[in-house]
Amino acid sequence: MSRPGFVLEVDERTPALLMHEGEGFRLEKLPLGSRVVYPPESLPGLRDLDAHIREALLHPLGCEPLPELLHAGMRLTIVFDDLSIPLPQMKTPDIRQRIIEQVLEMAAAAGVDDVELIAGNALHRRMTPAELKRTVGERVFRSFFPHHLRNHDAEDRANLTEIGTTKHGEVVEINKRAATSDLIVYVNVTLTAMSGGPKSVSVGLASYRSLKHHHNVHTLRHSRSFNDPPNSAMHHSYNRMAGVLDEHVKIFQIETSVNNDTFPTQLGFLNKREWEWTLKDQAAYLAVKRANDLTPIKQRRQIWHRTAAPYGITSVTAGAPGPVHEVTMGHVLRQQLTEVNGPSDIGIWGLPYICPYNVNSIMNPILMMSLGLGYFFNLYRGQPLVRPGGVAIYYHPVRNEFHPVHHPSYIDFYEEVLAETTDPVAIETKYEEQFATDPWYIHLYRNSYAYHGVHPLYMWYWGAHALEHLGQVIVVGGDRRTSERMGFRAASTLGDALEMAKEKVGGSPTITYQHTPPLSMADVR
Amino acid sequence: MIITLEYYRSPTRYLAGRGVTSTRAGGRAAGMFAANLSPLRLINRPDPDRPGPGWTRVRPLLSGICGSDLGLLTGRNSPYLSAMVSMPFTPGHEVVGETLDELDGLPKGSRVVLDPVLGCEPRSVRPCPSCAAGEHSRCDHITAGTVSSGLQTGFCADTGGGWSRMLVAHGSQLHPVPDSLDTEQAVLVEPLACAIHSVRRVPIPQGASVVVVGAGTVGLLTVLALRECTEAGPIYVIAKHGHQRERARELGATEVLSANRAARALRRATGGFLAHPDRGEEFLLGGVDVAFECTGGSGLDTALRLTRAGGTVLLSGMPNGSVDLTPVWFRELNLVGAYASGGRDFPQALELAGQAPLKGYVDAIYPLSRWRDAIGHAAAAGRLGTVKVVFDPTRD
Repeated sequence: MSRPGFVLEVDERTPALLMHEGEGFRLEKLPLGSRVVYPPESLPGLRDLDAHIREALLHPLGCEPLPELLHAGMRLTIVFDDLSIPLPQMKTPDIRQRIIEQVLEMAAAAGVDDVELIAGNALHRRMTPAELKRTVGERVFRSFFPHHLRNHDAEDRANLTEIGTTKHGEVVEINKRAATSDLIVYVNVTLTAMSGGPKSVSVGLASYRSLKHHHNVHTLRHSRSFNDPPNSAMHHSYNRMAGVLDEHVKIFQIETSVNNDTFPTQLGFLNKREWEWTLKDQAAYLAVKRANDLTPIKQRRQIWHRTAAPYGITSVTAGAPGPVHEVTMGHVLRQQLTEVNGPSDIGIWGLPYICPYNVNSIMNPILMMSLGLGYFFNLYRGQPLVRPGGVAIYYHPVRNEFHPVHHPSYIDFYEEVLAETTDPVAIETKYEEQFATDPWYIHLYRNSYAYHGVHPLYMWYWGAHALEHLGQVIVVGGDRRTSERMGFRAASTLGDALEMAKEKVGGSPTITYQHTPPLSMADVR
Repeated sequence: MIITLEYYRSPTRYLAGRGVTSTRAGGRAAGMFAANLSPLRLINRPDPDRPGPGWTRVRPLLSGICGSDLGLLTGRNSPYLSAMVSMPFTPGHEVVGETLDELDGLPKGSRVVLDPVLGCEPRSVRPCPSCAAGEHSRCDHITAGTVSSGLQTGFCADTGGGWSRMLVAHGSQLHPVPDSLDTEQAVLVEPLACAIHSVRRVPIPQGASVVVVGAGTVGLLTVLALRECTEAGPIYVIAKHGHQRERARELGATEVLSANRAARALRRATGGFLAHPDRGEEFLLGGVDVAFECTGGSGLDTALRLTRAGGTVLLSGMPNGSVDLTPVWFRELNLVGAYASGGRDFPQALELAGQAPLKGYVDAIYPLSRWRDAIGHAAAAGRLGTVKVVFDPTRD
C-alpha cells in the first residue's frame, strides 16, 4: 500500500532536502517552519500489462469494443502522443508501442488495410526516425515508416481540414487524414492532469489557426490552474472543440497513466523522502553528485536525457474520450495530489533538466520560464501555492544556451522580444503574428526539427498567470544577465533569495517547497 | 623649423609593427605596439616650401587620426597603396587650419578645412578625364606633376600633413569654415564629406533597407549622410560599444545590433532564411538592399553575408585583409568602392556639420608631443568611449 502525499513542516530534525537545478541537484536546508509538499508514494504498476490493454480494448467505456469498430475497407488512423510526454522518456517498450501493437493486431484480424500512424505533435518539433522507432517499437516502425508513420504537419495546408466552429467562434481545424478517417484511435500517456481527454485530438492534430483560440494570454490567465480542467479556460475551449469533433469524427481514446517511478534504481534516492535515505542512498547521492558536477555540461545533458524512467503503468482505459478521461484523471490525481492548507508568502521549486519541449535537447531560458512559472506553478488545484503578490523562488542555472536546430525562433524571441518587453499581452499583440507566419520558421518546422515559430511565445503565455499573480521571481543559481532579461532576479544562495524577497513579503514569510519531481500536485484549500 | 611627426621608410619597423599587431595578443594592444614599433618619429624640420602659385602654407589647428592612419602604423594597409605615397611624409589628412598666405578669394588667416585629395589641379597637370568631370578622387595623375607622389595630403612628401605645425595646400583643396562652425566640429568635415560621397556612390531607392557595418567615425557619419542625403528606409547599424549604439540611434538608426546577432535580427527584420555553412559565419538568403562596410576590416565579410541577392555592398572603410568573395558571385552582389569625396560633397559636409548633433564627437585632443598616447587612444577609441581622437599641433 503506497503512502499518501503529505506536507512536512521543517524542524530541527529535518535533514537537508533535495533540490533539482537543471542537470544537477543539491541538498538544501530550509528555514524552520517551512512546509514541504511531497507527492504520494509511487503507486504499484499494473502486472500483465498486455492483458490489461487487451481488456481495455475489448471492454471500453461508452462505446463498442474496438474489434467491433474495425472492418475491412475502412480508413483507420492511429494517433499517439509525441515525445513531449512522459518525462523523462519511459524505458522501452514504451506503453504506446504495446497498445499500438495490439490495435494493429485487431485491425489486421478485421481486414483493415488502410492504416496510418501519426504523431500528435501539433506545433512541436517533428520526432526523428529514431525517436519514432523508440516510441512505436521496431516492428511497427519497420512496417509503417516513412509512408504510413509520420509526424503531423500543422503547416501543410493541403492536409488540414476545417471541421467546424464552436459556438464561441473557435475554428476546429485538424489533420485531414485523421478527419477523413472512419476511426481515430488515440493512444495517450497522461502525465499531468492537463493532458489527455479533449486535448488529445483537438490540440495534437491541430493547426496554428485552431490552436490560437486557447493558446493565448487571456485563456491562460483564466486557467487557474490549467491542471484543474473544471477551472481552466483552456480546457473549456478544448471541451468545446471536442464537442465539434464528436459530431464529425469517431474517436476511440486509449489513455494510460504512470506512477511516480521517475528515476531508475541507481538514482533511487531521487524518488525517496530524504529522511528515509539508507546508507546506500546517501552514498549514491554523494557519488552521483560528485560525478555529475565533474562532468562537462554537454555530456551531463546527454547522460540525463538517456536516463529513461522505469515508470509503472497505473491504468489503461479505452473508449469514448469523455468517460475514459474521467477515469484517467482519477488515477493521475491519486498519484500526484497532496492536500495543502492555504497558500504561503513564498513558493520554492527546484527545476529539473527536462520539460516537455527539450527532450534530447537544451533547456533554454524560455523553457525554464515555462517550466517554472507555467508547469510547476500550475501544479495546483483550488488556489496557487503562493499568495497573490508573493514570491516564487526557483533553482536553475538559466544558462543563455539554445539548441539552434530545435529552437531557432526561441533565440530570436530571447534576443529581440524579451530585450524589449516581458509583458505577455504586449508580446502577443506585437509579435505573435510575425513569429507564427515567418516563412523561415515554418520551413524549419516542416523540414528540419524545429519547434514552430510561435512556440516560444506560447511558452511565455504559459507563465502569464504566474507573472500576473506573483510579486517577484527569484532564481537561485541563475545566470544573472539571463535572469534579468526575463524579468527575474538571480540569487547565489537561498539565504540571498530570502533576503531579496523581504521587500515583497517581509522578514518572516511563510514558505512552501513543492518537492518535485516526482510530480506532485497541491490541492490548496 | 617646425615640429612634425614623420613616417619614414624602415622595413624592419614596418614588419615588426605588422607582425606584432597581427597576433591575437598584439591586436588587443595594437595602439601601443603601433606607436612604439612603427616607423613614425617626432622631428624638427624646415618649413615646407610652397610648390608654386596658388599654394598656401596652412597652420593646422586640429588634425584627426583616421582609421587609414592606424592601418598605416600597424602595417595593415594594403601594399597596393605604396606606389602612391612618397617617403618620408607627415600623416594627417583630416585637417582644420589657418592659412598663412594670401590667395585669390581666400585671405591670409582664413580658417579652412582641407580636401586632401591631390588631383590634377594642385599638381598643375592637364586634367585627367576624371578631374575634368569633377571627380578628382579618381584622379589618374596622383603620381605626376609639381608635387611628389601621394594620393592625398598626409601621404605626400612635399606637402606635409596635418600631424605637424605646418603644411602646404593648394587653394583648390581649401574650403573656408563659417564662423558658426567651431573647430572641433570642422575637423569632422573631411570624414563627413567622405560619408556623403559614399552614400551618393549608389542609387538608394526610397525605403531601401540599409545596414551600416561598424559605428566608428565613418559608420556614424555614414548613418548621418544616409538620413540627410537619401530616402533610405530602415537603417540598421552594427555597433560594438555602448556609446556607439547611442550615437547611432541619435543620428537616425532604426535599430542598432551587435555583430553576433546581426544576421538573426536582420533576417527577422527583412525576411528570408538564415543559412549555416559547415565552416564560417551564418548568412542570409534574403537580407538588406544595401550594406555599407565601415570598419576597414572584417566588416566586409559581414556585409557580404547580410545583403540580399542583387543587392549592393559599398566599401567605405579602407579594406585590409582577405575576404571570401563567394557571396559576391553566388548572390550576384554589386561590390562598390567609395574613396574620399567629390565636387559637391565638401560644401554639403560643411553645411551639415553645423546642423548635425556632432558635439562631443571630438573628445580626445593631444599635443604632438604625446603622439604615442594619442595613437594608443585612437586604436582603442571605441572601447574607451571616444569617436575621434585628434592632434592639436598648436599645443606644446
